Amino acid sequence: MTKFLLLMNYGPIEGMPPITTWTPQEINAHIEFQHQLGRELAVRGEVVDTQGLAGPELAKIVTSDGGAPVVTDGPFPESKEFLAGYWLVDVDSEERAIEIAAQASAAPGPGGRPIKQPIEVRQVMGPPVQEL
Amino acid sequence: MSGPLAEGLLRELAPQALGAVVRRFGDFEAAEDAIQEALLAAATHWPSEGLPDNPRGWLIQTATRKLLDQLRSEQARRRREGVAALREVPASEVSGRDDTLILLFLCAHPALTAPSAIALTLRAVGGLTTAEIAAAFLVPEATMAQRISRAKATVKKAGSSFRMPSGDEWKPRLRSVLHVLYLIFNEGHTSTAGGELHRVELSAEAIRLARAMHAQLPEDGEVAGLLALMLLTDARRPARTGPRGELIPLDEQDRTLWDSALIHEGTGLITEALAWGAVGEYQLQAAIAALHDDARRVEETDWPQILVLYGLLERMSGNPMVSLNRAIAVAMVHGPRAGLELLAELDDRLPGHHRLITVRAHLLEKAGELEAAIEHYEAAAQRSTSLPERDHLTKQAARLRRPTDV
Repeated sequence: MTKFLLLMNYGPIEGMPPITTWTPQEINAHIEFQHQLGRELAVRGEVVDTQGLAGPELAKIVTSDGGAPVVTDGPFPESKEFLAGYWLVDVDSEERAIEIAAQASAAPGPGGRPIKQPIEVRQVMGPPVQEL
Repeated sequence: MSGPLAEGLLRELAPQALGAVVRRFGDFEAAEDAIQEALLAAATHWPSEGLPDNPRGWLIQTATRKLLDQLRSEQARRRREGVAALREVPASEVSGRDDTLILLFLCAHPALTAPSAIALTLRAVGGLTTAEIAAAFLVPEATMAQRISRAKATVKKAGSSFRMPSGDEWKPRLRSVLHVLYLIFNEGHTSTAGGELHRVELSAEAIRLARAMHAQLPEDGEVAGLLALMLLTDARRPARTGPRGELIPLDEQDRTLWDSALIHEGTGLITEALAWGAVGEYQLQAAIAALHDDARRVEETDWPQILVLYGLLERMSGNPMVSLNRAIAVAMVHGPRAGLELLAELDDRLPGHHRLITVRAHLLEKAGELEAAIEHYEAAAQRSTSLPERDHLTKQAARLRRPTDV
């Protein structure tokens, strides 16, 4: 088994109006889809962790030269690069991780159409390949 | 009785007790749950109340009681479905040791994916708790529990009965069992930082199960070969990582740290097995490991002989990783240029694989092409999926770039 982190960023999706403009039914369908995906991964014994993160408005960026930390509050101009949430899954293969990412990407939006949310698939560092 | 002792005994007895209960009730899934409960009960009661006179009988009895309770509560439903709750105990009561082997075959069922077979084997045959297996694989307990229960349901659905595979089934099934044990061993062997303790236990568990198999099938060369391979590989573990978990490659290891007792045992096993004829892949891998372990200094390694064995292994397995290792042996015998020529043929079979790039970097360095070697070490580091490995490769590139600093 290999662990993959599937990352979802904030930021506009091309051709997709922002979620605040959707109807309540469309928003509900979207949320129910996310719950259903979470349940499905749990039942398959693949989910390690999944979290949604608070928005960039609450984010802080910290730098330090070893002394007192310098903390920068939002709003940040490049807020589309902020992580919105992730799924940490433990799966048979990269193909399966891509399959889950594709499923997550196709979450329903206005009119039930898939929103095509970009999902970044990153392999988690594991043990070294055996020497043989 | 002390904790570790009880634990060792429980793991030894778990498959025997499970085998007995499955034979009696014919339901692997339910029997497995009942045995887990009995094991938990034993782990609680035995240390405080002392070991029962017949620990195996105690486990069987406790599990049977739990299973009967469960069956009684389901009786109405079962009657509707027309399923007999109890089956006759076969007249020929097979020994507990045979049961271990049957369970191994059941857990390496062809309907299961490798990760499911591994989890099921560790629980049903290894007697590990779900929490222990989850810790070893660094996933939440609920996730592992789900994986195991899906695996059990799959075996049940495939309609497997509790018996040894016969005739045509035997060979491929034995192969699956050996593969599962090999994977369990590797999970433990390749461990580094997180969860190290638990993962080393996986290697020990794989060795224990391979020993149990070898005891039952002493004349099978591949079973002996796999056990020998595990022992000969495990012998090098103390030298394989540095104090901060960094990787130390074979040619830089402090060979005085190798476990000579394991090397002795593994070498004896593989020497005997090779004499039987009908050589298989595990035997060849073990023979190669034995040649490495036999060299007290890296310069004494018998590379010509290793090259011959990799040639045989390559023809038998067709695995590109074996070809990659053969290229290293070729380089050691005929020089780095000859090795690099072989690597060129592997580009199509292992495109962009970091292991291939790493080996190329090594051979370029040996050939004196330092610029190209640095480039390849860096490229391999970027593609590595392991932190200690990536650190090692990054340092290799740095070493070549700033030779005076090292």
